[in-house]
Order: sequence, then structure tokens, then C-alpha cells
Amino acid sequence: MGRFRQSYRRLTERHRKPLVMVRLLLLAVVLLAAVIVSIGLGSLRVPVSDVLRTLVGLGEQKYELIVYQLRMPRIAASILVGAAMAISGTILQALIRNPLASPDLLGTTSGATAAVVAFITIMNGQVAVGWMPVVAMAGGCIASAITYLLAWRGGSSPLRMAMIGVSVSSAMGALTIYFTLAGPIYLVSQALGWMAGTVYGTSWTHVLYLAPWVVVGGALALFQSRSLNVLELGDRIAIGVGMRVERNRFLFIILAVVLASAAVGIAGGISFVGLMAPHMARKLVGNHNGAIVTASALLGALFLLLADLVGRTVFVPLDIPAGIFTAILGAPFFIYLMYRHRHG
Amino acid sequence: MNSLLSTDKGKAAGFAGALALLILSAAASVLFGLRNFSLDTVIQAYTSYTGSDEQLIIRTSRVPRALTAAVIGCSLAVSGVLLQAMTRNPLASPSILGINAGAALAIVSMLYWYGAVFTFGDLIWVAFIGAGISAGAIFLIATAGKGGMTPIKLILTGSALASFATSINSLFMLISNETLEGALYWLTGSVSNSNLNHTLQLLPYMAAGWVIALLMTRSLNVMAMGDDVAIGLGQRMVWVKLLTLLVVVLLAGGSVALAGPIAFVGIMIPHISRWLIGNDHRWVLPYSAVLGAAFLLLADTLSRFLIHGKEVPVGVTTAVLGVPFVVALVRRKALGQI
Repeated sequence: MGRFRQSYRRLTERHRKPLVMVRLLLLAVVLLAAVIVSIGLGSLRVPVSDVLRTLVGLGEQKYELIVYQLRMPRIAASILVGAAMAISGTILQALIRNPLASPDLLGTTSGATAAVVAFITIMNGQVAVGWMPVVAMAGGCIASAITYLLAWRGGSSPLRMAMIGVSVSSAMGALTIYFTLAGPIYLVSQALGWMAGTVYGTSWTHVLYLAPWVVVGGALALFQSRSLNVLELGDRIAIGVGMRVERNRFLFIILAVVLASAAVGIAGGISFVGLMAPHMARKLVGNHNGAIVTASALLGALFLLLADLVGRTVFVPLDIPAGIFTAILGAPFFIYLMYRHRHG
Repeated sequence: MNSLLSTDKGKAAGFAGALALLILSAAASVLFGLRNFSLDTVIQAYTSYTGSDEQLIIRTSRVPRALTAAVIGCSLAVSGVLLQAMTRNPLASPSILGINAGAALAIVSMLYWYGAVFTFGDLIWVAFIGAGISAGAIFLIATAGKGGMTPIKLILTGSALASFATSINSLFMLISNETLEGALYWLTGSVSNSNLNHTLQLLPYMAAGWVIALLMTRSLNVMAMGDDVAIGLGQRMVWVKLLTLLVVVLLAGGSVALAGPIAFVGIMIPHISRWLIGNDHRWVLPYSAVLGAAFLLLADTLSRFLIHGKEVPVGVTTAVLGVPFVVALVRRKALGQI
């Protein structure tokens, strides 16, 4: 009955397409505004008019460095990381058909974090940025595979997935601390920042190494969103319309893990964005996966951008990892979700 | 009951074995580490004290540390038994329900706001209050809404609140100028800097908790059968549950005040005890107390050898040992329906 209603709703959504487009545009405008405001705010305040002038190349010399070299890369990194996490969460929620699914719950985030910290320690801090997303992906894939395999018992119940995800995450957390302590003491602060998740100190190099993964991954998710839609309806329907379910599901999970891990490779264990953004996106634009992937990416980007803005402006002169704020907001949201979706 | 030991005699013998294990692990904890000592040296440190380096290490570091690990292991295991009986949820434990994280948050936030002006006696009460508030919040939130308290709601609320508390914790630690090594301590829990005075100061509270728990074993048996049966048998459930929760707060809060949040002892040990001797809490509780102490002593001894020349917080070791266990537990058929 529920499934019928869902399919019906999806059919009727066609008629609301203009509304969805308006909302997506609105979201993009809000993100753009947040970017401009965020460029202006910081230890040295740049007025909005100057931000705009600098962006089109007519600004004063003194703002150039701040805008282009300090704030823009960091903002770009937040947007990419937030979007990657959000798209990854959207895919996982559709695939696993579990409202609590997210890269955090699958152990991807913590596995990638452990791999990166191990890598930093083994290489004694001398690491090339380009390798980070790759190393993170290896860790993220391993941890997610462990969680998924262990949680599988002829199906994956939300609780079993959650419990095993929590356990695998804490094992990965223990490994992270182990590798932190195994290395020299001056690497501890670097590793701690990683564990919480931060875009502090990102340069254009970081952005350049992250961008391909996110852009290609996001595009794939967007273009394949139709298959994602079908998969979400359940295996029987998907097989009925002629889809190779297992292969598609496997590829989508790889895509989700790659997106989230690449983000962790640059920004560390940013949690809860991959959980929250898809749910808010669903509220805004409904269940259609093309729209939901876009909306979710925009929301995730906006979310992390704001978290980082708070982290670097509210506690001046300290720079607080954005991941802490996403977790402070995300945990109550998680509890709220449990009440909305009652699978208990 | 498919337990390993089914007769009373067998259970008593098993208990003697568990006690022997506890004594052996305490000895291992005192003797082995970065420097290994002989038993003679340890005895001499207390009979003919000369103030040599070796004797100093034994008296000020090894023995306090072993005592602390034993006290905490015992308390966490007992509070795990209480929580699992009370919620009839095999996954309940002070760390998974976020009680440990709440107590740690209370301590860290007081240190953050007021600086290091507290005596350990104050901190104990801060931890109790923190553990109490988080336990109350978790049970209120998990009971609210349609359908009352289900196992999945309780566990997920707990883990969400735990990660909430942990992230506020790291926020405070990053804002303040605490050393990073100190910060790690409040995130994972460690007994490496144990202070004998602190442990002795806390011991009366913990001992009170253990005694109350031991006196409650019959009520625990009734409570584990479910509310309907318990009320039918004339138990005043509200009071029993409140008392249980009070003991949990005492034991978990005290452990956190002493060593930070140490996970997985509270979930593993009760299951091992039940596997050994069945569901009767008159046996499960003492077994868990002894095995919990032995487990943490062994884990702490092990964590001295995981990285050459350095120590790993014991919380890391318990997590590494505990995760496979929890995974196996969650995969068991009995839990399939949850």
C-alpha cells in the first residue's frame, strides 16, 4: 500500500516540476548569497560591495589576497565536501532504503579517517595532498564493506546496520587514536583536527585534488538518478523493469563510498551532513532522485559552508573544526528522524 | 538454560576460577609493563621500603593503576548488568546509552568554564550529576512519542546523544588551552595516570553501588521478566527502576571521573557471564563484577605493549577487543527481530 502511494506520488510529481525548479533555483541563490557573505566575514571584514568588485576583477589590491588565496579556497572546499557527503547520503538512503543510512552510519567516514591518519603517521607527516583522497577511499571502502557484509543477514535491518556501523566506527576510532599515538607528538594536533573534520588551511591545491572526484561523482549520480529511483522502489520492481539490480546497487555503493571518502581525504571526518541534507532535500523537492540529488548537494554545501563560517568567526582567534558544529546540529536531528520514521 | 555451568557447585567453582583470574590479572598488571618486576620486588616495596626507583614505580604507579583498573572494570560491568536487566535490551551499556559521554561532558565543561579549581571530590559529584542528567534525558527521550520505549529507540537515542556530547566535548577542548594529550584522555578513557588518593576517595561510592546492586539481584531477576510479570509479582517497578538507575549513575559517573569514558566493558562482560552461568542475576552480578575487573586489568596490561615504548589509552584496547564481540552479538538470531 505504502509503495503504491509512493509510486503514485512520484507520478503526480511531474505536474509540480516547475515548483521543484523554482525551489532548486532558490536554493542555489541562497548558497550564492552565503558564499558572498562568507567571503566578506572573518578577522578582516570585507564589505559585500568590495567582495563583488574583487570577484569580477575590479577590486582593491589589498582584498585580492584575502579573497582569492585565503577565503575562496576554503569556501570552495566546504562546498565540495558538503556536496559530496550529501550526495553520498542521498544514494545510500535510496539504496539501503533506511532513513538512517549515511556515510557515517556505514563506517565510511571513520574508516577513511583511520586510513588517512595511519598514512600521515607512516609517512611521518610528509604526504602529498593528491594521495589523501585515494588513501581515504581505500579506508572508506574497507570499512563500509566490513559494515555491509557484517550487517547482511538475508537483508539489512536498520538496527543491525546502525549497531554494526556504530561498532565498526568505534573500532576505526580506536585505530585512529592508535595511529595518532604511534606517531610523533607534533602530528597529534593535525590528527585531532582530522578526527573532528575541518576545512581549516585548505588551499587551491586541496580544492583541485578534490574537485574531479566530486564533480565526476556528482555528475554520475545525477545522470544515473533514474536507476536510483527504480532501485528505491525495491528489488522486485527493479528486476521487473529489466534492471541488473545487484550490479547497479554495487556500483552505486562504490560511488557513494568514493564521494564520501574523497571528502574525508581533504576535510576529515565531517559527520551528519550526509544524513541531514538528503532528508531536508526530500522535504523541499520530493522524492524524485534527479531533483533530490541536486537539492541535497546544494543543501550539504550550504550546511558545511555555514558550519565553517561559525567555526572561524564566532570563536576568534580560534578556528573550530566545522565537523563539531555539524555534529552538534546533526545529533538532535537524528533523534528527530527516529520519531518521524518509526521502524521500531 | 543453555549455560556452560548449570549446577550450583559448578557455578561456585567457576566463581573461584574467576577470582583466580582476577588475582592473576592484577599480578600481571603490577608486574609487566615498560619495566618488568619480579614478585619479590613488589613484596619488598611494601615490606622493606628503601625508596629505590623500582619500588617507587611499584608504589606510586603500578599498584594504584591496577587498583583503579579493577575498580572501574568492576563498576562498568555491574552497571552494564543493571542496564541490560532494566531495559531488557542486550545492547544496553553505559557507553552505548551515552551515560559515560554525558559524565565526561559535565567534567570537561566545568573545567572549561571554571578552570582547574576543583578538587577531585568536586569532580566526582560533577560526574554523578552529568551521568544522572544524561541518563534521565536518554530515558525521557526514548520513552516519549508513540509506542513508548522500544529497544531500537533507546539504542539510537543513546548513540546520538553520545556523539552529541562527544562533539561538544571536543569543542570545549579545542577552545580551551588544555594539552592535546589531556584531551585524548577525556575522549577515550585511560587509567595510566591513576592517583591512589583519587581511587580511594571514590571507593566508598563505588562500594555502595556494588552492595546495593548485590542486594537488588532478586529484583533484577523479576525486572528482567518484563513489567507485566514484575507488577503481577508485586514489585514496585518505579522504585526498583529508579534505584537501578541511581546505582548506574553512581558507578558509571564514578568511573568516568576516575578514568574518562571507557567503552565496551559494560556490554561485553554481562554477556560473557550469562553465557557462563545463565540468566540468574544472583550469579550474573558477582561474576560480572569479578570478570569486569579482570578484563580491564588485562586490557590495561595489554595496552602497554601495543606501541613500542608508548602507552595506548585502555579505551582503545577495550574497543578493539569489544567490537568483534558486539558485532557477533548483533548478528545473533535472537536480535534479528529488533
